[in-house]
Amino acid sequence: MDRTLHPRSRRIAPLVAMAAASALLVAGCSSSSGGKKSEESGDSASAGKANTPRMTVALVTHQSPGDTFWDIVRKGAEAAAAKDNIKLVYSADPNAGSQANLVQNAIDQKVDGIAITLAKPDALKDVVSKAKAAGIPVVGLNSGVSDWKKLGLLQFFGQDETVAGEGLGNKLNSLGAKNAVCVIQEQGNIGLTQRCDGVKKTFSGKVENLYVNGTDMPSVKSTITAKLKQNSSIDHVITLGAPIALTATQSVSDAGSKAKVATFDLNKDLTGAISKGTVEFAVDQQPYLQGYLAVDSLWLYKTNGNYSGGGEQPILTGPAFVDKSNVDAVAKFAAKGTR
Amino acid sequence: MTQQAEPAVTIPPASGPKETDGRTAQRSLALRLLARPEVGVFLGAVAVFVFFLIAAPAVRSGSSMATVLYQSSTIGIMALPVALLMIGGEFDLSSGVAVITSALTASMLSYQLTMNVWMGVIVALVVSLAIGAFNGWMMVRTGLPSFLVTLGTFLILQGVNLAVTKLITNNVATDDISTMDGFDQAKKVFASSFDVGGVQVKITIVWWLVFAAIATWVLLRTKYGNWIFAVGGNQDSARAVGVPVTFTKITLFMLVGFGAWFIGMHQLFSFNTVQSGEGVGQELIYIAAAVIGGCLLTGGYGSAIGPVFGAFMFGMVQQGIVYAGWNPDWFKAFLGVMLLGATLINLWVRRTATRR
Repeated sequence: MDRTLHPRSRRIAPLVAMAAASALLVAGCSSSSGGKKSEESGDSASAGKANTPRMTVALVTHQSPGDTFWDIVRKGAEAAAAKDNIKLVYSADPNAGSQANLVQNAIDQKVDGIAITLAKPDALKDVVSKAKAAGIPVVGLNSGVSDWKKLGLLQFFGQDETVAGEGLGNKLNSLGAKNAVCVIQEQGNIGLTQRCDGVKKTFSGKVENLYVNGTDMPSVKSTITAKLKQNSSIDHVITLGAPIALTATQSVSDAGSKAKVATFDLNKDLTGAISKGTVEFAVDQQPYLQGYLAVDSLWLYKTNGNYSGGGEQPILTGPAFVDKSNVDAVAKFAAKGTR
Repeated sequence: MTQQAEPAVTIPPASGPKETDGRTAQRSLALRLLARPEVGVFLGAVAVFVFFLIAAPAVRSGSSMATVLYQSSTIGIMALPVALLMIGGEFDLSSGVAVITSALTASMLSYQLTMNVWMGVIVALVVSLAIGAFNGWMMVRTGLPSFLVTLGTFLILQGVNLAVTKLITNNVATDDISTMDGFDQAKKVFASSFDVGGVQVKITIVWWLVFAAIATWVLLRTKYGNWIFAVGGNQDSARAVGVPVTFTKITLFMLVGFGAWFIGMHQLFSFNTVQSGEGVGQELIYIAAAVIGGCLLTGGYGSAIGPVFGAFMFGMVQQGIVYAGWNPDWFKAFLGVMLLGATLINLWVRRTATRR
């Protein structure tokens, strides 16, 4: 043991030296372009604050960890909560059973309202009726546009994925596209599949699905490259998430293809790509709005008995198209991570 | 041949003057070749390659091959240290998210402090090596199996990646650093490509082969290589004959940290930003490439060149299915069947070779 420990203690010295050296270098090694310093400090979208009694609202989604899209939903919900004097309890789990448990958890906490996503409606049916039995109003957002009424939710805020896909298909027709590939980054996700199905419905050209491994960007890149090489007649790559779209632009140049990239959803880097023209357009479902409206609507219901959409119709937050003509108006909000 | 009693352990011929004393060198050259850990996977890789050459005409071009090799290299660079660690008798479940930790560190550090990106790159290396050292130290100190220790690190890193990124950037992805000083230089090292006869070849392919050559040399020609085999084969007897077990294990984990750093830098400089939730599940692909490459899960056996073919097979199957234009609903199933098939070939070859 003794002799094995010695080399380690000796190795600490270079590590300390390295840390010290890097600390010294920090001063002299600053970047003259980009970075935090050049980031503009935008004003935030916070309004005044309501003087209604403090209440607690739970937002339970099927977000998988580290997804930029859901981060924007959450920011919208937080903004509404801050305005309405609401304490927001956020929780998420992509596994439907675990998501149901999180809803149960919210019921146990006796919250004043629950907002949920219905990616897998059947798994949440029981727990939603439990919430109703406990007298807690439940609203839906994002996923489940065809199921929220069946489950007896008060109101729904989101985008009909099939309608959004159909919108994209129509847009492709107007651009004269002939052959498209729809890139799905998570196999078995209903919402994503519905988008591609919607495209298929209205697009007069040919469209086929391509599955990629969304957690491994190099793999996404080479898989799309491979597809473009296998079928050189593809003129449009449709992606279902902003980070995937940015990677797809690299695949297009790698494959020496002339295909254009169009995508669902938006983020800060994507607005840059649209103004540069590397991405043609994005279909935006305004996730910030979904989170904001879901929380705000619970406040309106509690304080004034209002139903958005009369409790009969869903409130659609998309599809809104963002392309070169209107990207500048959107970009400054996307830069803050709220659009 | 069937009369021999002793198993064919690969010990050099005994010191006797006669080389043909009936105990060694009896087996034919072909069989001796087959007994090497990388031969099974080599044949498997050739089979998969030929299969897709026939099934997918698009594979036959040079640029398609470059895409397959690029995909293989991003797996293969990590599969190398993972394989060495496995030969040393341990494995690392945190290697997939450690890649993202490294990329996040480099990106956020340079962006938030507005520094030359090389500063971020260096600090990320220190962080990655420290994670490896922590894994190794924790394992040696507590005597817990590496499965448990690295499962813990895996979960810790997954949470830290998310929480720290959100805390610092207020987003779950990092900011674009492509306009910052040093970016273009670093991109040249980690994520550039060059032209060979009209085909764009990614630099990771070169690094992959260089690292494989170094790993092979270390494993077969250095004292450290012997230590790896020794601690993987039997830790206690290795310690008894004076092999520094603690040192070897900790440095092997640090080597995985180095690989995670390298691939993390590749991802950062080829995609400009990093999403904090990525990398989960990749550790199993690295381990799979190493196992397909002839490394035993129990340690003490394997090679560095085997995982090169293992990673190639992974890349070939993954991209080949796309080149062949098969129904994508079956994608994962195809991948599984092909890999299982290749592993069985591998196993069969090894059995045939070692049976006498």
